[in-house]
Amino acid sequence: MRTETRTQILDARAMSRALQRMAVEIVELAHGTDDLVLIGIQRRGVELAERIAKLIEKEEGATAAIPRGALDITLYRDDLETVGPKPVIGETHIPGDLTDKHAVIVDDVLYTGRTVRAALDELADFGRPKRISLCVLVDRGGRELPIQADIVGKAVKTVPGERVDVQVEELDGRDQVDLIR
Amino acid sequence: MTASPTLGKDLTGLEHMTPEQIRLILDTAEPFKEVSERPIKKVPALRGKTIVNLFFEASTRTRISFEFAEKRLSADTVNVAASGSSVSKGETLVDTARNLEAMRIDMVVIRHPSSGAAEFLGNRIDSNVINAGDGKHEHPTQALLDLLTIRDKHGKIEGLKVCLVGDVLHSRVARSNLWGLTKLGAEVAVCGPWTLMPRGIEDLGVKVFGRIEEAIEWADVLNVLRLQLERMEKGFIPSLREYYRVFGVTPERLERSPRAITIMHPGPMNRGVEIDSRVADGPHSIILDQVTNGVAVRMAVLYLLAGGRAELADAAKRGGGE
Repeated sequence: MRTETRTQILDARAMSRALQRMAVEIVELAHGTDDLVLIGIQRRGVELAERIAKLIEKEEGATAAIPRGALDITLYRDDLETVGPKPVIGETHIPGDLTDKHAVIVDDVLYTGRTVRAALDELADFGRPKRISLCVLVDRGGRELPIQADIVGKAVKTVPGERVDVQVEELDGRDQVDLIR
Repeated sequence: MTASPTLGKDLTGLEHMTPEQIRLILDTAEPFKEVSERPIKKVPALRGKTIVNLFFEASTRTRISFEFAEKRLSADTVNVAASGSSVSKGETLVDTARNLEAMRIDMVVIRHPSSGAAEFLGNRIDSNVINAGDGKHEHPTQALLDLLTIRDKHGKIEGLKVCLVGDVLHSRVARSNLWGLTKLGAEVAVCGPWTLMPRGIEDLGVKVFGRIEEAIEWADVLNVLRLQLERMEKGFIPSLREYYRVFGVTPERLERSPRAITIMHPGPMNRGVEIDSRVADGPHSIILDQVTNGVAVRMAVLYLLAGGRAELADAAKRGGGE
């Protein structure tokens, strides 16, 4: 049996600081909150988007209600042949027409870029945003497509075979990011 | 990590499926409902797959429902009807299917008047086979959409009392429903003239009611089956009017129930025979929800059968997040 070693990348406090900083950077990038829409990628991206939206609302005051959505990209994957036994597909919910909005995709880990590629395809079927940005908690490198994040919580160098495990309070009972090798 | 259930190559019936497999289909159908509400009702999941709808029996609802499901998943589809094709020239089922396979298809959706046709075909070709109704045997996707619609309405299936009313003997919808409902823990009953009740059905743990009033007294859900008119010609019932008088589901009869009974019908309805119009269009009817859910359930089945090899999935998963 293979033994796994777990190295902590972010603890709860570091994760909280990273999200705080990402929230500020998103508002800067979008020049305010008027056209901003946060789109979380199922599953942990959805929770992170919710957190970031709340932080922005807290920072910007009651006038700013940030619309948020959830995106499940399973049906847009390019590897249907190889993914089976199929995971149950999560909810997709887009708040209104995205045309002329600044959509910020929020995900937990950026790796090959294939999830983001699928998310871009899927978002295009919900309207024509004036801009789409990418915001990730952890960028672990290893891209297989020309995709980069606009906002990164924490960048770590990893090699194939390693795994980045993001845990969030809402789903896992605690905030923590580990590197498993 | 516990292995998630898979469906295998074909969907021929619910009789040999596990409760986990049935739940997998119902759970997978949930997100597909939303796809049909999008501005662009299409996802690329089955892009490049070719699906043949091979219908040896008349069908409007089921064929259109399958076709919508296939198109909303971006598959390429071809419809073959028995009349006007080589089938009417005497070609056998297997020859027809093998010729289609020679044109490199991926899936066949088949409706056929002979019981067992879908399984027979599935055992002889490499493509995935989905049973869209075979003789008096099964109509699994209809039962799955019935299960999904019951679950939507009541929040659960386990413990619910569901009564199938009418021609249970000749109904593949009834047969698939019996398997699906009992596997998911519902209490099941049947009700109708004794000439249309299968012998020995009590042995499956199914209650039998000879009077519709008893069924209404007992049930949470009535699934009213279509009375096929040729049954009358063959002497199973004396007349349509008498059938309506004795077994018709009417508002007057439903009013005597202590509960609000959910009303279902697989269609096409004979209004004024097995079901009164006021019931079919009434507040407790979920008949059109069944039709809506039919597309989502068929999308789920197509999606789950297309691709998905376990060993590759494990390898992909080890890579972690993308």
